[in-house]
Amino acid sequence: MLGRLKQMLIKEFIQVFRDKRTRFILIIPPIIQMLVFGYAATYEIRHVPAVVLDLDHSQESRELISLFSSSPYFDVQRQLTDSRQLGDLIEQGKTTVGIEIDAGFARNLRKGQTAPLQVIVDATNSNTALIASGYITQIALGFARNYQQDRINRIAPQLVEAIPSVELEPRPWYNPGLSSRWFFVPGVIGSLTLVLVVTLTAFAVVREREIGTLEQIMVTPIRPAEFILGKTLPFFLIGLFDVSLIAVVGTLWFQVPFRGHISVLLTGSILFILCMLGVGLLISTVSSTQQQAMVTAFFFIMPAIAFSGFGFPISTMPQWMQYLTWLVPLRYFLVVLRGTYLKGVGFEILWPQMAAMAGLGFSLLTIAILRFHKALD
Amino acid sequence: MPELDNSVVVENLCKRFGGFVAVDRINLEIPKGEVFGFLGPNGAGKSTTIRMLCGLLKPTSGRASVAGYDVGREPEAVRQNIGYMSQKFSLYNDLKVIENLRLFAGLYSVSSNVLRERIDWALAMANLKGQENLITGTLPGGWKQRLALGCAVLHKPPILFLDEPTSGVDPISRRQFWDLIHHMAEEGVTVFVTTHYMEEAEYCNRLALIFRGRIVALGTPSELKRGSMNGELLLVACEPLGNAVEVLQSAPGVLDAAVFGNALHLVVPDAVAAIPQIEMYLKQHGIAVGGIEKIRPTLEDVFVSVTTGRDATGEMKP
Repeated sequence: MLGRLKQMLIKEFIQVFRDKRTRFILIIPPIIQMLVFGYAATYEIRHVPAVVLDLDHSQESRELISLFSSSPYFDVQRQLTDSRQLGDLIEQGKTTVGIEIDAGFARNLRKGQTAPLQVIVDATNSNTALIASGYITQIALGFARNYQQDRINRIAPQLVEAIPSVELEPRPWYNPGLSSRWFFVPGVIGSLTLVLVVTLTAFAVVREREIGTLEQIMVTPIRPAEFILGKTLPFFLIGLFDVSLIAVVGTLWFQVPFRGHISVLLTGSILFILCMLGVGLLISTVSSTQQQAMVTAFFFIMPAIAFSGFGFPISTMPQWMQYLTWLVPLRYFLVVLRGTYLKGVGFEILWPQMAAMAGLGFSLLTIAILRFHKALD
Repeated sequence: MPELDNSVVVENLCKRFGGFVAVDRINLEIPKGEVFGFLGPNGAGKSTTIRMLCGLLKPTSGRASVAGYDVGREPEAVRQNIGYMSQKFSLYNDLKVIENLRLFAGLYSVSSNVLRERIDWALAMANLKGQENLITGTLPGGWKQRLALGCAVLHKPPILFLDEPTSGVDPISRRQFWDLIHHMAEEGVTVFVTTHYMEEAEYCNRLALIFRGRIVALGTPSELKRGSMNGELLLVACEPLGNAVEVLQSAPGVLDAAVFGNALHLVVPDAVAAIPQIEMYLKQHGIAVGGIEKIRPTLEDVFVSVTTGRDATGEMKP
């Protein structure tokens, strides 16, 4: 038993490490993907292109515009002179935000009346539009409050004390800078692990089926369980190596804090990799060529990531879909990743996720092994 | 291992894939040390049978025992006692020659004290001494095939299953390969080999002809040539051939007519009586006859003879 397993493992490792391309695939693409996703996967907006149409030419309007130009969120590229230009620029995609200050803006303010400020946002990307509008609101409200206080100060300084106000004191726990990168980098670690382990495992088994070596191996006295173990153990170790690699790169490069205990993350990773080995094996049992395996893996990976809470919050999905996400192992692993990275919590909090992954992993591997027996026929 | 005279016993073995019957109630007994050929066209059920005998496929019904073990119930014991070579080269191309040998020795649990000796023996047999460190994928076809045989016999199996072992191999390598097979048979190894090369079938001690999942003839090559034709064979030289075939296929007393090279092969119930009748018949139809003689049938004639006259289900026409 152990002798046969040992032979399978020796063979598997020779194959992995002999091939230059395989060695490369295990190391370089995960690092590149970590860096690319780390930079690209973010909800934050900075340097949104903006244009300004100032028809008022007052001190107030210039002050307001300077608030926009000095904000890190907007790049005020041009001052326009004609409101038709604004429409053209947005349509051509050359600018995202257009701020229009109509004539009479300052006059209204000075009279103590409401002064309208028209803002046009390209909402093709609703997310960017939403966040940009939020920042615009902040800037405009800040301007208005300062203006009001100046006026009160000048007209009736004694009233300043009497005006009630609410001071917001937000305390964003675990991510005080509200950096979306802190949210995404742990997610990227999980998604990359998923893609790597599922595809490597599925391909490794299907390749043997495709070139006929699987049949040659199965006429030896080896048991299917020994074959499967011999095939998956190397990818388990490779998966663990790759998780560590991308976790280290992600943590050091993007300066995401790791506050939990390494043993918690390691346990979560092991359970998650077992789930993904099961998925990879399952894919290999329904595919007879590598091409089929690729298509099948693709059909699994896309929804698995969409349903995991990687980018879209599960709580906003329809209820029935939320139940579906319970079957997605990545959903639990992301909680473990974010829990250990940002919150620094341990098993006492994360045990339900660990248990769910253990249960899913056990079921997936069992189904995969049973199906593998059948697929030999 | 149970003591037995027959290495392979097959009783009413069937394999169905959905509605398709790939192997239909076949029966076989193969004694120890025999080179047994399984001959038939592609899709006749050769590979399916061999895969059931190796425990790769479960029979739908019927039973088979190999080396005394039931293939359905004790597939692992069966596998320890057989060597298998598939029609497609299926060793690891990215491993070295020696690594493939070590892998299969390990999978067959060849004990470590005879490991070196067995690998040396396999290398010598496959004529690959000194090539141990070549990457398998870079070997020429004939070498690969000898290596595959070497890997299949490392554990000294008493029975060897070869599924079209010589497909895609040049004639000289094929000849060398058959010499190896006979050498092993002399040492008591039973060899079960499938092929669709008629000339290869002549190397076998005994043959089964399989057609549409059924065994349609069984015997030594010479028995088959003598007994399995339902008639005698005539070689007819005539002009033009195409016309002659058409005419003869409906001629009285002619069981079958087919073009063979630049002449015709004719199956008739009685050669001596038929020769003058055929000559007359052809002349009546305006065909020039060069000569008619009785010949010994080849296996190909036998095969054509036993398979024609069967309808799509493999049943004999009344």
